[in-house]
Amino acid sequence: MSQEGASNSRRRFLTGAVAVVGGVGAAYTAVPFLAYWNPSATTRAAGAPVEVDTSTLEPGQRMNISWRGQPVWVIRRSEAALEALPTLEASLADPDSAVASQQPTYAQNTHRSIDPEFLVVVPICTHLGCIPSYMPKAGSLDADWKGGFFCPCHGSKFDLAGRVYAGVPAPTNLVVPPHRVAENGLLVVGEDDEEAA
Amino acid sequence: MRNIALGLILGFFSGVSLAAGGGGDLMDAKVDVSDQSSLQRGAKLFANNCMGCHSAEYVRWNALPEGLGVPMETVEASLVYGSYTPGDKMNIAMRGSEASDWFGAEPPDLSLTARSRGADWVYTYLNSFYRDPDASIGWNNTLLENSSMPHVLWRLQGVPEAQYEEVGGELQTAGISVPDSQRGPLSESEYHQATRDITNYMAFLAEPIRAKRQQIGMWVIGFLVIFTGLAYLMKREYWRDIH
Amino acid sequence: MSDATPKAEGGLLGWVDARFPLTKMWNEHIAEYYAPKNFNIWYYFGSLALFVLVNQLLTGIWLTMNYNPSADGAFASVEYIMRDVEWGWLIRYMHSTGASAFFVVVYLHMFRALLYGSYQKPRELIWIFGMIIYLMLMAEAFMGYLLPWGQMSYWGAQVIISLFGAIPGVGEQLALWIRGDFNISGVTLNRFFALHVVALPLALVGLVVFHILALHEVGSNNPDGVNIKEHKDKSGKPKDGIPFHPYYTVKDTFGLGVFLIFFSAVVFFAPEMGGMFLEPPNFEPANPLQTPEHIAPVWYFTAFYSILRAIPDKFGGVLAMGSAIFLLFLLPWIDRGRVRSVRYRGLGHKVALGLFAAAFVALSYLGLQAPSDLILGLTVTAWAQIWTVVYFGFFAFLFAYTAFGFERTKPVPERVTD
Repeated sequence: MSQEGASNSRRRFLTGAVAVVGGVGAAYTAVPFLAYWNPSATTRAAGAPVEVDTSTLEPGQRMNISWRGQPVWVIRRSEAALEALPTLEASLADPDSAVASQQPTYAQNTHRSIDPEFLVVVPICTHLGCIPSYMPKAGSLDADWKGGFFCPCHGSKFDLAGRVYAGVPAPTNLVVPPHRVAENGLLVVGEDDEEAA
Repeated sequence: MRNIALGLILGFFSGVSLAAGGGGDLMDAKVDVSDQSSLQRGAKLFANNCMGCHSAEYVRWNALPEGLGVPMETVEASLVYGSYTPGDKMNIAMRGSEASDWFGAEPPDLSLTARSRGADWVYTYLNSFYRDPDASIGWNNTLLENSSMPHVLWRLQGVPEAQYEEVGGELQTAGISVPDSQRGPLSESEYHQATRDITNYMAFLAEPIRAKRQQIGMWVIGFLVIFTGLAYLMKREYWRDIH
Repeated sequence: MSDATPKAEGGLLGWVDARFPLTKMWNEHIAEYYAPKNFNIWYYFGSLALFVLVNQLLTGIWLTMNYNPSADGAFASVEYIMRDVEWGWLIRYMHSTGASAFFVVVYLHMFRALLYGSYQKPRELIWIFGMIIYLMLMAEAFMGYLLPWGQMSYWGAQVIISLFGAIPGVGEQLALWIRGDFNISGVTLNRFFALHVVALPLALVGLVVFHILALHEVGSNNPDGVNIKEHKDKSGKPKDGIPFHPYYTVKDTFGLGVFLIFFSAVVFFAPEMGGMFLEPPNFEPANPLQTPEHIAPVWYFTAFYSILRAIPDKFGGVLAMGSAIFLLFLLPWIDRGRVRSVRYRGLGHKVALGLFAAAFVALSYLGLQAPSDLILGLTVTAWAQIWTVVYFGFFAFLFAYTAFGFERTKPVPERVTD
């Protein structure tokens, strides 16, 4: 028969102590099992920044690269296209790129990029994920069209800075990935200036 | 009953040590992967002397900073030859098929050699080359007879000659030594140190996590001792009821 | 709903109990399962085996997330787990150490049964289930060992599958059918993967459940071999019994702690265990054109491998090896003694059991050596033959000793001692 009082409280204390210490041990043991799911070194290497030589791009030309399994378009905008960008504000849903998640801070401007001449954008429609068509020529979609992207799936339209038009199914501007220009003039997609040593 | 259990356990473990002993003729590499300066020297020697022919295809260059205690820039600058993309593995330019033609055998990848042959074997191998005029490459090895590998490190060690002994009426190699006239820039002990560094580095390549797992292990065992102690006290407390 | 606001726990538990025998099972198998109070160190290994099983299942599932079961990709995927996946090395070492730990624990667990006669009536079925678990465990380990696709994986499998080929008549067809190819290849690897990850674990878990149910049906044996159900108190509880919870849950927690210390020591400081748990040739990718110097199965198979090698004839060796395991199944009927525990059995039994254990250890050791090595002047093969005779002699002796009344037992106490 167990004695009441002293030994019972000792029992409770020890049971509690073992439970707490055991719980801590279990938590520490869980960490490797959870961290195991994180991207591995191979995945991180495959997701490393991509260097792009933009010197061969003509105005209006588009370069198609892959970064982290996604398509990324690097587009050299023509003078006319650049001049048209500020005039479109009234037709756009988010002309000032207020939705911060869609672009880095250095792309929160009219041309949504570091260098106004070059747009770096992920061509995945923010509606349901189709890849829009690149239609840079003015008048190619309709009479008022000043150039941009048209998504054939459900008719969303974006301008040549990837900004979404008002009244289309897509809710937000096209995503601009982190990018920077390296000392040797190459465009590096996937890295901000601060991150790179 | 206790004695039976004890006997079984002791028998098991003595079996382990005997099984692991093996030949016993290998030099003792005294691997210490926490000796970062040794690893650094070994890395340099390995990159300069071995990687012309041997890849380490499972190892990423960016595994070196943590294990060797050097920044990635140093690794890129002094160890990587050719272009480097972050995440690259220690591959080499020479193709296996070419190597087979030139050397008669493809130089094996060295990522795991320190585990598959053992560190002591690697250390002994690097110290067992000798000049052999009868071999097509001019070199032979007392540990791996008719090895297709030339003695790359002769530039450090000098040109060793084989020592022979008579065994059952036949002459067999019984080691190597470097005649004074053929000495290289390193003394015998310096060469041992250099090959030990390479071996240490290869042990690191074979299992980069080794030093860290031992560190973590100390904490784990410490924690478990505390846990088990508490569990014992709890058991004893509950079992006061019995009898 | 008679209560206005029932306590969540009581209410919830009651809701479940009305639909599922939760409290009933908890009581029947844990809180009110009366086990003998005199369990000693040999009684830790059952719960430890259960823990190791869970360890293998968890770490195994995790490894499967990154393992590539193809001949081209398997070896590299293991190195990927070891180097590039966060904490992958730890999961791998826990799995490889767990495999060996499983056999250490299971062998000690089985030996307990031999010491205390736990295979005797009415526990024959528990023993049979246990032997089936042991067989499946050997198959599971064998298939698992092919998966890293190292030199030892490949050549060890080559040797063992060729044993099936030794069966007269159907042997070659059988080996071809097992392999799925003319030689061990990615086809074999893929099917072993399916069996190792899905089929055998399911079967093992099911059999462990049966094993425990059969045990609980009859009640546990104990080091004195006394039947505690013969002396019950007024409320029908065995006088020498104690409820499994809290007494044995608490004691097994302590046992687990001790086990984990040894287990962690291996995982963190000696995962290769001198080449016994992770064999050096397995750090080279499988090469069908080159045999390793010294093919040996992993240590937990080497006793039976010894017996196989001891017989000069290939099929004879296979028969001997099979009989060595099969005789264990028949133990409840070979041992005709009615006294269970070695404590009260005849001297002959004690000696025979000690020799049997020694034979198993010696054969295990010999199986790791090259057949022509010399030990104290005799070849390994000669020693293996001697110890094989001892091994089989145990069964022959036990039968003769007990069936013809040679055994002189001591009086068995009515109540448990200590």
